[in-house]
Amino acid sequence: MTAVTAPAAAGPLARLSDALWRNPRLLLLILLAPPLLWLGVIYLGSLFALLLQSFFSIDHFTGLVVREFTLRTYAELFTPANFDIILRTVTMAVCVTLASAVIGFPIAFYAARYARGRWRAVFYLGIMMPLWSSYLVKVYAWKLILAKEGIVTWALDKVHLQWLLDAYLALPVVGGNSLSVSTTGTFLVFVYVWMPFMILPMQAALERVPVSMLEASGDLGAQPGQTFRHVLFPLALPGVVAGSIFTFSLTLGDYIIPQIIGTSRLFIGQAVYQHQGVAGNIPLAAAFAVVPILIMGLYLWGAKRMGAFDAL
Amino acid sequence: MPAVSFDEVSRHFGQVRAVDGINLEIEEGEFFAMLGPSGSGKTTCLRLIAGFERPTSGDIRLFGGSMRDLPPYKRQVNTVFQDYALFPHLNVRDNVGYGLMIAGRPKAERHREVEAALEMVRLGGYGARKPSELSGGQRQRVALARALVNRPRVLLLDEPLGALDLKLREQMQEELKGLQRQLGITFVFVTHDQGEALSMADRIAVFNDGRIQQVGTPEDVYFRPDVPFVADFVGSSNVLPAELVERLTGQRAPAAIRPEHLRLGGESGLTAKVTGLSFLGLTTRVSLEAGETRLTALLPQGVARPAQGDTVSLSWAPEDLHLMRGPA
Repeated sequence: MTAVTAPAAAGPLARLSDALWRNPRLLLLILLAPPLLWLGVIYLGSLFALLLQSFFSIDHFTGLVVREFTLRTYAELFTPANFDIILRTVTMAVCVTLASAVIGFPIAFYAARYARGRWRAVFYLGIMMPLWSSYLVKVYAWKLILAKEGIVTWALDKVHLQWLLDAYLALPVVGGNSLSVSTTGTFLVFVYVWMPFMILPMQAALERVPVSMLEASGDLGAQPGQTFRHVLFPLALPGVVAGSIFTFSLTLGDYIIPQIIGTSRLFIGQAVYQHQGVAGNIPLAAAFAVVPILIMGLYLWGAKRMGAFDAL
Repeated sequence: MPAVSFDEVSRHFGQVRAVDGINLEIEEGEFFAMLGPSGSGKTTCLRLIAGFERPTSGDIRLFGGSMRDLPPYKRQVNTVFQDYALFPHLNVRDNVGYGLMIAGRPKAERHREVEAALEMVRLGGYGARKPSELSGGQRQRVALARALVNRPRVLLLDEPLGALDLKLREQMQEELKGLQRQLGITFVFVTHDQGEALSMADRIAVFNDGRIQQVGTPEDVYFRPDVPFVADFVGSSNVLPAELVERLTGQRAPAAIRPEHLRLGGESGLTAKVTGLSFLGLTTRVSLEAGETRLTALLPQGVARPAQGDTVSLSWAPEDLHLMRGPA
C-alpha cells in the first residue's frame, strides 16, 4: 500500500495550520480582527465621541462643558462671525479644487497619453517629489517666495511690472500688504500643496481611456472641443471627482497654511484649533469639525447623482 | 472616378517605413480587402484614409478631392474599430446617434434614424442598454450601426471580425456582405485572415513590408499569384524556386502550384521524400521534401497513400504550374 498522506509534521504550529485550513471562517476572523478593532474602536469611536461632544454646550460663566443634549452649539455656527469662517473656507476649497483641476488636467492628460519611458519617470518624479519633503518646509518656502522682499516682487520689479502687483494687492478681499499676507497667497500655496492629489487620480482615469475612443469621436465628426466635452471629460470624471475629494477635503480641514500665509481671518481648521485649545470650548470645536464631514457627504452624494462613478 | 485613390503614399515612423510608396485605386461600391500579416502596413493605410495618420509623402484622394489637410472630422468616411470603441458612458441609442448629435440634427429625426440603423443590424429594441451589457457580436453590430447611420461614402473596417468566435464570424461575414450589397457603399476592410478576404471581398490588395504585392480578385490572388509571398500567404501554395523551375521547364522564374494539384506518381523529373502524413477527413495532407524545398500535397479520398519515408515522384498538369515574377 502506498501512503496517500505526506509524512505528518508534528508540533503545535502544524496542528494550528491544519485547524485553520479546516476552518476558513476562523482564519478570516483572525485576520480581520485587528483592522476592524482599529477602525471600529479607535477611528469610528473617536468620530462618534466628536459627534457627541458637538451636541453638548459650554457654560459661558464657568467655562465648563454642560453634558446635556442641545442644538445650541450648532446654532452658534450660524452667528455672523462663525458663519463667515465656514463661508470663507468653503469658497477657498471650491476655488482651490477648480484651479487644481484646470491646471492639473493638461498635465495629467499629457502624462497619460504621451509621456513614455524616461519622460514618464520625470513626470512621476516631478509630481511626487514635493510630497517627499516636509509640508511645513514647503509652506515656509512659499512665505519667502511671496514676501514683500521675495523673489516674485523682485522679478516683477526687474521687468517693471511692480505696478501690476500693487494694483492687484490694492483690490479688496484678494489683496493685502504683500502676497504672503493676502488671501491670494493662501490660495496659491493651497493649489501648490494639493496639486499632486488632483493630478494622480486624473492621470489614472485618463490612462484607462483608449485612444480609439477619441479617434472614434473624431471619426464621427466631432471637433477636438466636442470630443473633450462629450467623451474625454465624462470618461475622466471619476478621476476628477476622486482628485477633487482630496483637494476639497484637505483644504477644508487645513489649519497650518492659512496660519502661516494669508490674512488673520480664520479658516475652519484654525477655528477648531483655537476653540479646543486656548478657548477650551470643545463643543463648538466639535461642531466646527462636523461641518467639513457634512459638506463632504453632500458633495459625494451629489457626485454620485451626477453619475461620476458610473464609468468606474 | 475611384472612391479612394492612393498616389505614391508613404508613412514613416522614424526609421520604420510602415507604408512605403503605395499606389492604389478603390472603385465606388466595391468591397475591398487589405490583406497582410501584422506590421505589413494595411492598418496604417486604413488610418490614412480615416485621417488618424497623415502621409509622410504622397496624397490620398476621396472621390477626387485631396485629403491632405483635412482632419478626420471633416472626412465623409466612418470607421468600425477593431475594439469597436463604443462609448461606455452612453447607451446604445446615444452611441449610434453620436454622429447625428454632433451634426446638430433635431432629436426626433435622430431618434428615427437610430432606430432604423439598429433595425438594420437586427438590434431593434436594444437602444436603452449600455455597451457593457452586450455580447461581442452585439457590440460589433452597434459599432456598425454607429458608423452607417451617418451615411458615409466610404466605410472603413479594421479587423471587424477579429474578436468574434468562429461561428459568429462566419455569420457576420454573410451579413456584412449582404449589407454592403444592399447599401451600395464602398467598404474597405483590413484583415490578416486570408479566408475572410477571399470569401468577402470583390478585390484584394495583399500587403507585405509596407508595399502592395498584388491587387486583384480573390481568384487572381489565389490561383494566379504574382510573387512567391502572395502564393504562400494567400493560397498556402507550394513555391518552387527559380533554379528548380528552370531545370524542370527551361524558364527561370519561381513558380506556384496548389497542394491539390500535386499528384504522386507520374513523370515530371521531380522526386521527393515523404516526411509526414495527416488525415484531414476529405483529404490527406502529405508533407514532402524535394532537396531543400518543402512541399505539401493534398490527396483525395480513395487514392493510395504512401508511407512515411517513401521516395515518390511528383507530377502535375502543365497549366497548374503558375510562373511568377520576383525572387524565390
